[in-house]
Amino acid sequence: MVIGLAHYVTLAAILFTIGVAGIILNHKNIIVILMSIELILLSVNINLVAFSTHSGDLTGQVFALFILTVAAAEAAIGLAILVAYYRNRGSIAVEDINALKG
Amino acid sequence: MQADAIFFWLFSGVLILSALAVILARNPVHSVLFLILAFVNAAGLFLLMGAEFLGLILIVVYVGAVAVLFLFVVMLLDVDFAQLKQGFVQYLPIGALIALGVAFELGYVAVGWTRSPNAAAAAAPAGTLSNTVALGRVLYTQYFYFFQAAGLILLTAMIGAIVLTLRHKEGVKRQNIAEQVARTPATAVELRKVSSRAGI
Repeated sequence: MVIGLAHYVTLAAILFTIGVAGIILNHKNIIVILMSIELILLSVNINLVAFSTHSGDLTGQVFALFILTVAAAEAAIGLAILVAYYRNRGSIAVEDINALKG
Repeated sequence: MQADAIFFWLFSGVLILSALAVILARNPVHSVLFLILAFVNAAGLFLLMGAEFLGLILIVVYVGAVAVLFLFVVMLLDVDFAQLKQGFVQYLPIGALIALGVAFELGYVAVGWTRSPNAAAAAAPAGTLSNTVALGRVLYTQYFYFFQAAGLILLTAMIGAIVLTLRHKEGVKRQNIAEQVARTPATAVELRKVSSRAGI
């Protein structure tokens, strides 16, 4: 059985679905939500690289590199906000993050 | 079965199982460790697809930096994670429903797409260039400004993370370099006339 583009696209779709399900199931735990977002970005990267190899065009890999950059920045900022929030409020439960509620 | 098919099924199977373990694990530390496993397997898939540079960057950046950052934060915060896990079963039906919806839509797209006849023909194959060299030739010429913008994003993230988490404690003695450099003999040295057999 030859492994083609369809296999990789299906794999990325499954991974994306797992990420979305993770956000909903762990809706109280913001750390696991951040990890689910990382999974979703990983699935997008797999898609981009698969199409890039399939069509022999390196643009997909370049944009996968940019997504990697943005994901790293997002994780750093998100975790920094989390640490600052925990220092001020003593809790990171998503339900408690309602200080801006009108 | 060829070797690449065997490796594809191995990597993708472990990838999906570890991704499931990330969202289902009770202990977030286990979640982070399974996330690392998922990233390593995705790097293997990238190698299989011929994107060697991205595969190794995935290990360096994600496993080496991002996942370890997650691990630090999970261990740093003293949170009762069992309490955060409550309501998991309650949200299982709606979570499964939305996941099935997303899976259906993605499957529909994954099966039903066709290549546009207007799409540019595939670029010339890289030939004898290695993946890293070919990627660099594209990145540093055609996408140079995007590359610079990515660098600025990383700089912003670094400064933002430092500003958010740095805190100055009161009552800690610190070196004041400007004050030290500004010292002159006139301000630092005091001449006293000391009379004999009397203290200062």
